[in-house]
Amino acid sequence: MSAEIAARNLTVSYQAVDGRGLHALGPINFTIQPGEFVSFVGPSGSGKSTLIRVVAGLVNPTEGGVWLDETPVTAPSPRVALMFQEANLLPWRTVTDNIALPLELAGVAKKERTAAALALLPRLGLDCPTSYPAELSGGMAQRVALGRVLIQKPDVLLLDEPFGALDALTRERLSQDLIHMWEHDRQTVMMVTHDIHEAVMLSDRIIVLSRRPGQVIADIRVSIPRPRAQEDAYSTAFGDIALLVRSAIERA
Amino acid sequence: MQAVKNLQSVQMRPRKPAFRRAWLSWIGIVSVIALWQIVVWLRVYPEFIIPPPISVVERFWEALADGTLWLHTSTTVSQMLAGLLFGVVSAVILGTLIGKSRALEALLSPLIVAVQSTPVVAYAPLLVIWFGSGPTSKIVTSALIVFFPMLLNTMIGIRSVPVMMHDLMRSLHATRWQTFRMVEVPYALPVLLGGLKVSATLAVIGAVVGEFVMADAGLGRLINQARFSFDTPLVLVAVITLAAIARFMYGMISVLERRLLFWQRRQ
Repeated sequence: MSAEIAARNLTVSYQAVDGRGLHALGPINFTIQPGEFVSFVGPSGSGKSTLIRVVAGLVNPTEGGVWLDETPVTAPSPRVALMFQEANLLPWRTVTDNIALPLELAGVAKKERTAAALALLPRLGLDCPTSYPAELSGGMAQRVALGRVLIQKPDVLLLDEPFGALDALTRERLSQDLIHMWEHDRQTVMMVTHDIHEAVMLSDRIIVLSRRPGQVIADIRVSIPRPRAQEDAYSTAFGDIALLVRSAIERA
Repeated sequence: MQAVKNLQSVQMRPRKPAFRRAWLSWIGIVSVIALWQIVVWLRVYPEFIIPPPISVVERFWEALADGTLWLHTSTTVSQMLAGLLFGVVSAVILGTLIGKSRALEALLSPLIVAVQSTPVVAYAPLLVIWFGSGPTSKIVTSALIVFFPMLLNTMIGIRSVPVMMHDLMRSLHATRWQTFRMVEVPYALPVLLGGLKVSATLAVIGAVVGEFVMADAGLGRLINQARFSFDTPLVLVAVITLAAIARFMYGMISVLERRLLFWQRRQ
C-alpha cells in the first residue's frame, strides 16, 4: 500500500520570539505519486524539516496544505511513519520493545506485538532482540528505529536525514537495505538529505528547495533503472544528474 | 538535560573492583578514629570536650541498653520518614505540573524561592508555635526542607525529555497519559533519584532542627539534653547515630537507583 502526497500552496510561518513572523516555507506545490521515492535537498534553513513535519501532521500550515490521497492532513495519521536523524530509542527498553512501541501504544497485546517485532529482526539485519540501546552502535540503533517505522506498516515513510549521523560506510549499507525493503513494499517515501550522492542513488525524483522561505527551484527526475548498484555511481548518467542537483543547490 | 548527561557520565565511568573501594572507605573511617585517639592521648583538650573513643562506645552500649537511644532514634526516624514522604510526594506532583506549565512556574517560583532561601532554623520556631511541640512540627519542617530540591529536580527531569521524543510520541498517536508514563517519568527518573538522595539526608536535618527548638523526644532533643549535662560522649553517640541514619538512607536510595536505572550502566 502507498499513498499520493500533494502539497498545494503550502506556506508555513512561525511566530518568532520577538513577536515577528518568520516565513519558513513556501508557498510550494508538488505531487508525489503513490510508491514514488522523492528526496528533498537544499541549503540549511530551507524548511525541509518543517515540510516533513507538516506532512507528518506535527505542524499546521499557515496557508494551503498537504493532502494524503485527497484527504487534508490536520493531525498525525496512522498511515504515515516518521524517522529522524537520531534513532530516538527509549534507553530503558530492549531492541524488541523499542520496535514494538507503536503497537503497544495502539493497544496490541504483548505476545502479538513481540512476535511482530521479532519477525522484523532478520529483515533489519539485527540479531540482538534483548539488547538495550546503550549497547548498540549508531547504525544498529538506526536499524531499530527503522524497525519501529516498518512495524506500523505505513503507506508513507517520512525520513528526516535518517542516515545523517552515521559514518559513510554504515550509511551506504543502511541505505541499500532500506532500498531493498522499499522495492519490496513500495511505500511512498519523502526523504530529507544533505547528501547529493545518496539522493541520486535512492530517489525517483529529487526536489531542490531554495533558501528561506523554502520554495521548489528544481524538480529533477532520476532515470537510472532499478535495481541500482553502487557501481552505477560511476556512470555518466549518475554524474550528470548529480551535477544538475548540485548546480540547482548552488543557485538556491 | 545537562544534569542527566552528567549523571550518566558518572555512572558509566569504569569501576574499580568493589572490594577494593570498600577497603578504601574503611581505611578512611579507621584513620579518623585513630587521629581522634591520638588527640586524646596528647591531652590537647580536656576529656569533657573531646572524650576518648572508648568512652563513646561505652556510652553507646549504655544508652542502647536502657532504651534511651532507641526511643530517641525511633522518634527522629519516624518523623524524618513522614516528612520525606510528604515532602517528596507533594514536590513531585507540583514539580510535574510546573514542569509542564510555564505560567504556573511564573506564578509560584518567587514564593518557592523565598521559602527556600530562608534558613530552616529561622522558620523552625514558627512551625513549632503553629504545629506544637509534638511530631507534627518536625514532620512539617522536614517536609519543607525536602520539598525544594525535589521540586527543582522534578521540573528539570520532566523537561529533560528531548523534543524529538515528544514528536515521536505524537506521531504515534500516544495519549498524554501514555507519554507521561512511558517517556516523561522514565526520563525524569535519574534526576528524580538524584534529588531523592539529597532530600533523604536533608530530611534528617529538618527533623533534628525541629527537635532542637522544642521536643519531647528525638535525637535533636537528646543532643541538647546531653550538652546541658556535659555528657559529651552521649552528644557524640547521638551525632554518630544521625550520621549513620543519613548514610543508611543514602545507601538505600543508591540501591534503588541501581535497580531502576539499570539501562544507564550498560555499555
